[in-house]
Amino acid sequence: MPIRLKNNYTHFGLISIILHWLVAISVFSLFIVGVWMVDLGYYDEGYHQAPFIHKSVGMLLFGVLLLRLIWQIANPKPAPLSDKSIEVILGNITHLTLSALVFAVCISGYLIVTAADAGISVFNLFEIPAMITNLEGQEDLAGIWHWYLALTLMLLTALHTTAALKHHLIDKNDTLTRMLGGRGRGTKN
Amino acid sequence: MMKLFATALLTLLLSFPAYAKVEVYDLDVKGAHASIQFKIKHLGYSWLFGRFNKLEGWMSGDQADPSTSKVEVSIDTSSIDSNHAERDKHLRSADFLDVKKYPKATFVSTKVVDNGDKTGTIYGNLTLHGVTKQIQIETKFVGQGEDPWGGYRAGFEGTTTLKLADFGITYNLGPASTFVEMMLFVEGIRR
Repeated sequence: MPIRLKNNYTHFGLISIILHWLVAISVFSLFIVGVWMVDLGYYDEGYHQAPFIHKSVGMLLFGVLLLRLIWQIANPKPAPLSDKSIEVILGNITHLTLSALVFAVCISGYLIVTAADAGISVFNLFEIPAMITNLEGQEDLAGIWHWYLALTLMLLTALHTTAALKHHLIDKNDTLTRMLGGRGRGTKN
Repeated sequence: MMKLFATALLTLLLSFPAYAKVEVYDLDVKGAHASIQFKIKHLGYSWLFGRFNKLEGWMSGDQADPSTSKVEVSIDTSSIDSNHAERDKHLRSADFLDVKKYPKATFVSTKVVDNGDKTGTIYGNLTLHGVTKQIQIETKFVGQGEDPWGGYRAGFEGTTTLKLADFGITYNLGPASTFVEMMLFVEGIRR
């Protein structure tokens, strides 16, 4: 069986799978680093380095999100594996909200840093210019939104993970394994 | 009758020349001709400059007796601006100014001493970060006169040095950065 890059109506292709887990790992790491770095003192080693990495990864993540969005539009969406319509609806709402939240967290973070018209350097390789600047209280408001949106995102991620595990362990369907590239157990294909 | 009363009042006022001479000036914050700047050592290697963008206040005085002068200034602490969004956000947080809890810093003069040669010392109470302490501001008179638009203006500059810990700001910026120098450049328009 050749490696499938694109989705079909029953399975995710390799590119969708990679993009999904890339976003998942990035979001989780960004959250952990973010929570940790804001309490660093002036003389701590990571005082400059941690925010630099957080911002660089955050901006790269935004690029990945755009690619993922394009890829999702250009690909068929594998059909849900649950036959309970409430689960399908809740799943769809959760997925849409998760996607919107990751975008919103990225944008709010960007608005903090660029509030005084400074660009964001991505690992010193290139710079994302400031575009929206000097709004009244911009860095403070964006900071509040960045935190609460990130918190909501993590809570919803917990729900998303729990649901995936529930489908895997209790419903015993391929929801989780097909996002890991598994061939599936043949159910609901 | 009203006219008579008005004339009497005017005569009364004019008979107290000292009172009539006290002039009140509002700081020209609309035209941004009043500013409060600060500088603090960065690691001991250089100076970081910043300012407060929003303030208001007035000053009053009798030119014949500068020691009767008074000054009151109120600063919007959230208007701190060091030209770096993330730093400003940090300066507004509970680590420094805690602007949610202490949105205003105020200075109210208690005594003005004329040191001659257009200089003076203003003593007064500064309330910053919820702490009120007496400070002194070394002041220099810059100039005064009519402006081209029918008003009358006077301007001063002043400096004072604050120990951050005196005002309960104890975030560790290093041993070279425990004091901040405040610089005031204020122009008032006569009421």
